Amino acid sequence: MTDVTTSYDTEYEAGFGDYFALLKPRVMSLVVFTALVGLLVAPVGVHPLVGFASILFIAVGGGASGALNMWWDADIDAVMRRTAKRPVPSGRVTAGDALGLGLALSGFSVIMLGLAANWAAAALLAFTIFFYAVVYSMWLKRTTPQNIVIGGAAGAFPPMIGWVVATGSISLEAVLMFAVIFMWTPPHFWALALFMRSDYDDAGVPMLTVTHGRRTTRRHILVYTALLAPVAVGLGFTSIGGPVYLIGAILMNAWFLKGAVAIARRDETQAEADKYAVEKGFFKFSLLYLFLHFGALLVDATLRGLGVI
Amino acid sequence: MTIRVTHELHDRRFSRNMGLGLVLVGLVALVFGLTVVKVTNLGPVQDYAPAVQQSAGGAQ
Repeated sequence: MTDVTTSYDTEYEAGFGDYFALLKPRVMSLVVFTALVGLLVAPVGVHPLVGFASILFIAVGGGASGALNMWWDADIDAVMRRTAKRPVPSGRVTAGDALGLGLALSGFSVIMLGLAANWAAAALLAFTIFFYAVVYSMWLKRTTPQNIVIGGAAGAFPPMIGWVVATGSISLEAVLMFAVIFMWTPPHFWALALFMRSDYDDAGVPMLTVTHGRRTTRRHILVYTALLAPVAVGLGFTSIGGPVYLIGAILMNAWFLKGAVAIARRDETQAEADKYAVEKGFFKFSLLYLFLHFGALLVDATLRGLGVI
Repeated sequence: MTIRVTHELHDRRFSRNMGLGLVLVGLVALVFGLTVVKVTNLGPVQDYAPAVQQSAGGAQ
């Protein structure tokens, strides 16, 4: 007699945590934070529960695109040390499950955001998921060394969606918040690529370090950091800027630029001598950079709410 | 194979089922909360019946 349960007895049983890991929780935390800031600094108030639900659905949408990315990229994730332990390449979740979860949550999050907030925000979320899963993951990641630049746009949308949840439309402030993350992403990831080099080489992903060499990558980091500075400081002169943001942005961009100049001036021999200390420091600061910029916007919004400024 | 009420599979899938159950309960609570917020934010809604009578009366 055939035992119908055989297939269930031998396989590893994916737990709830394995499915949750498909949603890239760490990326999600950045999405939640920036979307929340975009929503809170907007001049229109939102009911707390509507705001909470909107941020939740934006996060689920971001997670869904992460699951789709893991479904598509399982082959290269398996090669790279940083990503080899992800649920699909490690065999804890099947690629089909990742695809199913990604598609289901994509549709769910967009519809729910439309119902909870407005359809402009929902459309923007749908576009973000499409952009990350299709334009970045499926198309550009493996074909162009500018993959990081264009892929960065997907990560830059959340504060704009948060803003649209509150106001229903896009404005200069939303565009500049988008631009800050968009311009910040290339230096952030290229610094990572400089000291995690073998990973991208092995996977055959055309990172700038592989295609155009490390010298060019160092120069690119400097150029993008130089372009980022006026955008980040410029945001301080819009209606959502304030003294805390402006002072913080000037100081942080000066420091970031200093790091980028140091990276551009070094060569591989110097970098290997101190085990990429400057590049690692720059990468770590880049995380703080983004967090503090959006944190400062929130502080200024709070001060404005209290009538201090 | 003996048929048991609780298969060993139930134990292995406990975390997944419990997690999904809690997510669904949370979703129900959230949708209910959103409904309450949306309905109360509509403000006072005019009663339908008198409005119909009024317009009917005005037509005479």
